[in-house]
Amino acid sequence: MTAPLHEPTAEAAPSAAEEAAVATAGAKAVQGRSLGRIAWERLKRDKLALTGGVVVLVLIVIALLAPVITNLVGQDPNEYHEDLIDPLFGTPTGSLGGVSGDHLLGVEPVNGRDIFARILYGARISLLVGFMSAVVAVILGTVLGILAGFFGGWVDSLISRVMDGLLAFPQLLFIIALVSVMPNEMLGLTGTGVRVFVMILVIGFFGWPYIGRVVRGQTLSLREREYVEAARSLGAGRLYILFKELLPNLVAPIVVYTTMMIPTNILTEAALSFLGVGVKPPTASWGQMLSSAIDYFESDPMYMVVPGVAIFITVLAFNLFGDGVRDALDPKGSR
Amino acid sequence: MTTQRTSGRRKQALAAAAAVAALLTTAACGGGSDDGDGGSKNGAAGFDAANNKVAQASLAKKGGTLKFGAAQDADSWDTTRGYYGMMWNFARYYSRQLVTNKAEPGKAGAELTPDLATGLAKVTDDGKTYTYTLRDGVTWEDGKPITSKDVKYGIERVWAQDVLSGGPTYLKDVLDPNGTYKGPYKDTSADKLGLKAIETPDDKTIVFKLPKANSDFEEMLGLISASPVRQDKDTKAKYQLHPFSSGPYKFESYNPGKDLTLVRNTSWKQESDPVRKAYPDKITIQFFSDANQLDQRLISGDLDLDLNQTGMSPQGRTTALKQHKANLDNPVSGYIRYAVFPQSVKPFDNIECRKAVIYGADHVSLQTARGGPVAGGDIGTNMLPPSVPGSEGQKYDPYELNGANKNGNVAKAKEALKACGQPNGFKTTIAVRNNKPVEVATAQSLQASLKKIGITAEIDQYDGSQTSGIIGSPENVKKKGYGIIIMGWGPDFPSVQGYGLPLWSSKYIQQSGNNNYALINDKTIDGLFDSYVNTLDDAGKAKIATEINHKVMEGAYYLPFVFEKFINWRSDNLANVYTTDGYSGQYDFVNLGLKNPQK
Repeated sequence: MTAPLHEPTAEAAPSAAEEAAVATAGAKAVQGRSLGRIAWERLKRDKLALTGGVVVLVLIVIALLAPVITNLVGQDPNEYHEDLIDPLFGTPTGSLGGVSGDHLLGVEPVNGRDIFARILYGARISLLVGFMSAVVAVILGTVLGILAGFFGGWVDSLISRVMDGLLAFPQLLFIIALVSVMPNEMLGLTGTGVRVFVMILVIGFFGWPYIGRVVRGQTLSLREREYVEAARSLGAGRLYILFKELLPNLVAPIVVYTTMMIPTNILTEAALSFLGVGVKPPTASWGQMLSSAIDYFESDPMYMVVPGVAIFITVLAFNLFGDGVRDALDPKGSR
Repeated sequence: MTTQRTSGRRKQALAAAAAVAALLTTAACGGGSDDGDGGSKNGAAGFDAANNKVAQASLAKKGGTLKFGAAQDADSWDTTRGYYGMMWNFARYYSRQLVTNKAEPGKAGAELTPDLATGLAKVTDDGKTYTYTLRDGVTWEDGKPITSKDVKYGIERVWAQDVLSGGPTYLKDVLDPNGTYKGPYKDTSADKLGLKAIETPDDKTIVFKLPKANSDFEEMLGLISASPVRQDKDTKAKYQLHPFSSGPYKFESYNPGKDLTLVRNTSWKQESDPVRKAYPDKITIQFFSDANQLDQRLISGDLDLDLNQTGMSPQGRTTALKQHKANLDNPVSGYIRYAVFPQSVKPFDNIECRKAVIYGADHVSLQTARGGPVAGGDIGTNMLPPSVPGSEGQKYDPYELNGANKNGNVAKAKEALKACGQPNGFKTTIAVRNNKPVEVATAQSLQASLKKIGITAEIDQYDGSQTSGIIGSPENVKKKGYGIIIMGWGPDFPSVQGYGLPLWSSKYIQQSGNNNYALINDKTIDGLFDSYVNTLDDAGKAKIATEINHKVMEGAYYLPFVFEKFINWRSDNLANVYTTDGYSGQYDFVNLGLKNPQK
């Protein structure tokens, strides 16, 4: 995907369609609209993106309220219900993996834990890792990318080579190796806390070059623009130019990349948990559920379908929303 | 004996893609149950028909290809180095011993019978001298006779642990407890037969002179590691790729992890061998990376049986139990699955804290996690497997694990915690192999029930292929704080010594590769083992075994989960099938035959 080129002139020159719209409004005076406002207007008209956004919001609310919701339903994610398991086969009794009024999405084979509660709690891990590692990547990528683009020379060479190196690094294998030598306690965290912390750091760390490259490229093209030259000739300092002149114009690509990065991170977390190096049991995680469902995919397909669908919906929603944001922020967009 | 690793997490990951694809294409699993317990129209003998009894012996015909499948290759096919139970079982195809397990079902299969020797040992000198005479007409695969010197050389190889590691070392420990002999590769005598404890006065006679009597010595000679090896054919570490055959079959080809083919050894004569029937002409093993794939091939009839004999995976098991029950047997494996508490990790130095875990655990839940009463086994109540003389099975249940405390006894557990000085519970870590999903499931079950009594347990899934360096190192166990270790153990030979010595004797606490995880250092138990080896009558041996078991249970070092059971598959085409206690409830491979050799 190429980075959407942001033209600073967009603010001053609304598209033809909008001009027409403004003209037909007639009585209303022509007034300048902020970039954010234009983007929002466009986003509102993109039904698919809006749906994605709503689903994302709902997911966030569900994740935050997971303990409350499970309490309302009267289920605990780690409570065993072996009375619902057929001792001969180890699979839930009843149809569709033991779906009932008490267990809305059925129960796990062997131990009978409530799948609905575990899916809700799994959402917390997925979103937490997805968001936080994106934050880590954005901070690192923006700072280093802008430095590389603005200063050029050996700073640029150094940072660019580091990015090349990181992009070629076998990230998944590295995390698997790292987890096996990791202590059980660090920085006051234990068990799952340590794993989540390390996953956020590592996924974020390996993700920053993607943003870093885009930011560097943008900075390279922006720093020679007239308005930057003007600021420079008026005696503006480097920091002023970096933060006041360049950074605001980089917001759009950064936002777009962030929304695109979150679903990728969620998938990485699921893959790690699937491989057994994610969160520790009994903490629920979608990837882990998928992995233990393999042994029952024929006898209890529901167990595999539910976390699979959860991952699918989440990633799809984020991607739809991200696409919408990109289109909305794209000054060349016709809508 | 050690357990085999089943396919690991990584392999599961590869399987995932296939699993999802299969899920999408599986519309509905058709077909009703075609058979009950009494045999099927396809000719399968019926559910449990080969469990401790012989099924369809008369239908076995000479010839054909017997097809094994396996998810796991042997640790080594070298007779000196193999330690997997299935390797010992399979090795009888290409190796013979002075004495071996009887080719009979059930308990009788664990008794010894003469093989290369004309009879069981002549024991003299208060149990310190064992004398055997070799049978006439026993030959190697090139037709040369097997001599007593070949037997001695084969046994001497056990001393060369630096080159040939991995196998059981009982013979070395008993014949040369001080380690004075350095092994055949460092032997300075011309014929490399410098071991003083074994004498070969002529080619037909072999005499073992023990420094100290050991009542299980003949059992140790029945192990595969006591097989003869011919010096001019010994390729040392490479021997495992092509062992030189003394049995009815010889190696034709072997690609580790891929396939293995045995063909008839034309030099072997039926009349020289009272044990082996040698029905098929050819024996093949095909190795799979994925247990589910193996189960599918078994069910479809492409393969005759699973070499690993560790039970079908949950997927195949469900299909088989629903549609092909007549092809299944449900034997007791001889393994006990358990949790063990290293005393070096606080607070498990205190017996009351150990008892708290034993009382607090939900034993039905643990059994379900192991696979339930059929595929997992009966609830374990003590630490002596049912196949070992002196065991009392579920009758000996000092903590009422199969009785009043079946579902965990919170009140009793809290009482024990108070007595231990930890009334509010404590924190600990459960160590479990990451490549055994069933063990991880038991760890989670234990974690859930311990939470109810205030014990917070963290689960640490370590690399299952590194067992001996991780949980086998007491220093590492202490450092990592592994208060609870999940493991399993089966007897090397059916006696309390063959099962419990490495687990419970203070002499077996090692810095690496340790199996006495609990670090039991109890003079009474050590003393009982000492008197066991001097006791020559079976009744006396059984009595001591019972006593040792009671002492171990009274120490509360272990929380037994199940007396393990398996669901094993036998194809429609197999005949003369039976399980044997000699190989932990596996089918006796050496006498399997085919009904239709053309198939």
